[in-house]
Amino acid sequence: MSTYTRTVLHGVPASPGVATAPAIWWDGAAVDAVEPARDLDDASSRVVDDLGRRAAAATTGEGREVLEALAMFAADPELLAAAKQRVEAGQEPPEAVRTAAAGYAEQLRSLGGYLAERAADVVDVGDRLAASLQGRAMASLPEPGHAYVLVARDLAPADTALLDPSVVVGIVTEQGGPTSHTTILARSLGIPAAVACAQAGSVAGGHEVVLDGSTGMVHVDPAAGLAEKLAERERRSAERRARVSGPGRTADDTAVKLLANIGTVDDARHAAGQDLEGVGLFRTEFLFLDRSSEPGLDEQVETYADVLSAFGDRRVVVRTLDAGSDKPVPFLGLSAEDNPALGIRGLRTSWPRPDVLQRQLEALAAAAARTGTRPWVMAPMVSTPHEADAFAHLARNAGLDTVGVMVEVPAAALRATHLLRHVDFASIGTNDLAQYALAADRQLGDVAALLDPWQPAVLDLVAATCAGGSAQSKAIGVCGEAAADPLLATVLVGLGVRSLSMAPVAVPAVRAQLADVDLATCTRVAEVARQATTAAEARAVVAGRLTG
Amino acid sequence: MPSRTATIASSVGLHARPAKLFVDLAGKAARDGVTVTVARPGAEPANAASILAVLSLGVKHGETVELTAEGEGAEAALDALVEELAVDRDAETVG
Repeated sequence: MSTYTRTVLHGVPASPGVATAPAIWWDGAAVDAVEPARDLDDASSRVVDDLGRRAAAATTGEGREVLEALAMFAADPELLAAAKQRVEAGQEPPEAVRTAAAGYAEQLRSLGGYLAERAADVVDVGDRLAASLQGRAMASLPEPGHAYVLVARDLAPADTALLDPSVVVGIVTEQGGPTSHTTILARSLGIPAAVACAQAGSVAGGHEVVLDGSTGMVHVDPAAGLAEKLAERERRSAERRARVSGPGRTADDTAVKLLANIGTVDDARHAAGQDLEGVGLFRTEFLFLDRSSEPGLDEQVETYADVLSAFGDRRVVVRTLDAGSDKPVPFLGLSAEDNPALGIRGLRTSWPRPDVLQRQLEALAAAAARTGTRPWVMAPMVSTPHEADAFAHLARNAGLDTVGVMVEVPAAALRATHLLRHVDFASIGTNDLAQYALAADRQLGDVAALLDPWQPAVLDLVAATCAGGSAQSKAIGVCGEAAADPLLATVLVGLGVRSLSMAPVAVPAVRAQLADVDLATCTRVAEVARQATTAAEARAVVAGRLTG
Repeated sequence: MPSRTATIASSVGLHARPAKLFVDLAGKAARDGVTVTVARPGAEPANAASILAVLSLGVKHGETVELTAEGEGAEAALDALVEELAVDRDAETVG
């Protein structure tokens, strides 16, 4: 048995391709000491100049547009007037401009939809103006004199716009998603990227990594030959992708729905324009995070309607609020917990606050009525059949007719037959399922190997869920990033999964892989994967059968 | 104070690029001494030279807004702005 890799971190595929280089962690916090701006107007013109210079030097059209938009915010007379008022009332200028920016950000967020996504940009500009007043300039990207993979918590537009793709050959961020700036710019520059990689911070600087932007995997200190193997796979994959389009199906015409994971209205619009069959996971948290008061019914209806109308007749599966004490949801009033992953989170937040879930369901039903669509709805962190039943009642009473649950808690997978009696479908969240099944914290780089979705124990739980689905004649899907790995997708189909939801960029490769195999082959590779004793072995034997 | 009504032609509404172009023009007018406000009929006027104020209006495609200008050259400024709003800028934007 050959060791496939030493450590594999899992992120969301953001920009396809494979990059091999030393990793460099970049803090991005403003550093260089410069002379502080004299006042708000001076800060504004300095930041506008700086952003204007970066816009002119931007390596892509998108980068330039983003920077020009930021420059407009930095020059905004109302923002500056609001900050000045606060200074007059006694606030320190840096604090005053941050607070003023936060105020506008809140306003934009309350409008929902596309505008809410500009809120983060306004906050960014507030930070830049404050930094200018404090004599701090924004840091530049590292220039070590050789190619490297940039690893960071997140990248602001102004950072990535100056990026030289011959030096920064790949990007990994801890945060971000399919439509964040990092993703968009990486794709424009044609460099691989993985985002939302929770363990990115554990990549020690200088270590060689192979970044697989097509699957979101980051191989740290990879075994010899890995980069070549992946490059060959990329080449073959590109050939196949060119040949296959349309709905997902195996070579012998078993339908496997290929869907998108989305988390914002921007994501929705982008995904809707792609060759895929709908949304398998619409994360609704973005509406609720960082809010001091619950988003109103109208705002929710507006936002859901935006997403639903983008997809028309195509399926959209909406997940109700998935928050916990580790997420910033002040209005929920959750108490601090020692183990947030094991506490009041997901559907459980409806125990202290049933009204929030009720309102969300009503808003979704109203949005459905307004757009003439029929969204599916599912609840996260469902642990027992009783919870599934109670949720189904709530959702159906609110007027939603297709109700399901996420399977991420092992107890739910083990009791799937009973669980699925009450609902119409289940979607397996492999990321959290692996966390709970292998008792390994998703945020901790040290235990990353245990979180590998190829872990045979996880495959066993998927099989148990599918057996429950089969017993109750209910559909089972996967919406964790496991679905984005073409080889693993084949295994999942062999286990009984019939819909796969992933970052849109990953869909073509999965579609092409499925089109190359018949169902019997999928069933066979699922068997051999479950017979393996380690995740690495499972991956290796399946790869051997499908690509050999 | 001269004022004009205009209908938003851009299919994305008064957001993104259309808003940027509108605010750029209003900003130019402001530098030439003409202050312009934009409002939904009967509602609070917003500073047309402020991208944040304009975006916060959340004006959609097909809606009508009232533009009011003050200062020397107000009429000409209003003409330019009304003309700008009448163009479907969204049809020009790339993907």
